[in-house]
Amino acid sequence: MESTALVALLQHAAPDAGLEIAPSSDVHPTVYVSRDHILRVARELRDRPDLRFALLSEMTAVDLWPRQPRFEITLILVSIEHRLRLRLKVRVQGDDARMPTLTEVWPNANWLEREIWDLFGVVFDGHPDPRRLLMPEDWEGYPLRKDYPVQIQMKPRTTEAMQMTEEEFRANLLRDRLTRS
Amino acid sequence: MGIEETEIPVITTTLNSVVQWARRSSVWPVTFGLACCAIEMMAMSCSRYDIARFGAEVFRGSPRQSDLMIVAGRLSRKMAPALRRIYDQMPEPKWVISMGACASIGGVFDNYAIVQGVDQVVPVDVYVPGCPPRPESLIYGIVQLQRKIDQQKMA
Repeated sequence: MESTALVALLQHAAPDAGLEIAPSSDVHPTVYVSRDHILRVARELRDRPDLRFALLSEMTAVDLWPRQPRFEITLILVSIEHRLRLRLKVRVQGDDARMPTLTEVWPNANWLEREIWDLFGVVFDGHPDPRRLLMPEDWEGYPLRKDYPVQIQMKPRTTEAMQMTEEEFRANLLRDRLTRS
Repeated sequence: MGIEETEIPVITTTLNSVVQWARRSSVWPVTFGLACCAIEMMAMSCSRYDIARFGAEVFRGSPRQSDLMIVAGRLSRKMAPALRRIYDQMPEPKWVISMGACASIGGVFDNYAIVQGVDQVVPVDVYVPGCPPRPESLIYGIVQLQRKIDQQKMA
């Protein structure tokens, strides 16, 4: 399918979603979707029989600081059935860095969204498991933001070795022996 | 140390030097490779460079059976607690070799994710420079460590 034909199909699928077609340097079309309509557009893209973008191939973010809107969430979608690729982008403001989660549309968005939250600090509303993915759990800040101090100096955190008295050690051995016998 | 001329040959020495001789002649490193330096560490322990010639060949999978930790590669901040825990699990006496530029001072990774020198986490006995150090350099580092062990007092 031609890129223009795909774009026309998209416009037909979600006429009031305010789709914005951006120029792309390759054969795959780039489409901007507003944050309020992304969930509905995502469902249409996945479920319509003439589209069937069932595979979320890639999901990442770009920090355009100091430009506004600051973040662009980029999704690469693949339609295996129709052999199509689509680049979907969502603009997110820096002072309101949040968007709805897409895990209910594409379950593999779970870890991708965790990674984006971990490194860019974009919150995904309704995410089932909002934990850090790559950085330590107690990390402060979002390292891939352009205003993050990269050459930060701080002492590495370690845990203390377990300390126990001789009595506790013997009690542990005894308990171990009792559970085995 | 002296050899005495009797019917049975007798060597007199001190207990300290015998114990330290035994310790330095059977340094067992813990298998702890973090990055590309670990490839050179493996090469060092294999047939071409053969660290067994210097009595340090038995790489152990368990820190409980090891005397030496070779920190081979860059240590990320997320890994630092794990490294410290493995070090704590090794029985005394124990030694640490910081292998390569990354383990010693952070190397090219001057950023938030990498610990700028493992001596912030564990006490280091020998630093081996290089990026990565050749197996000969690491063997030289181990020989330096053996000289250091020789001079230590038995605890």
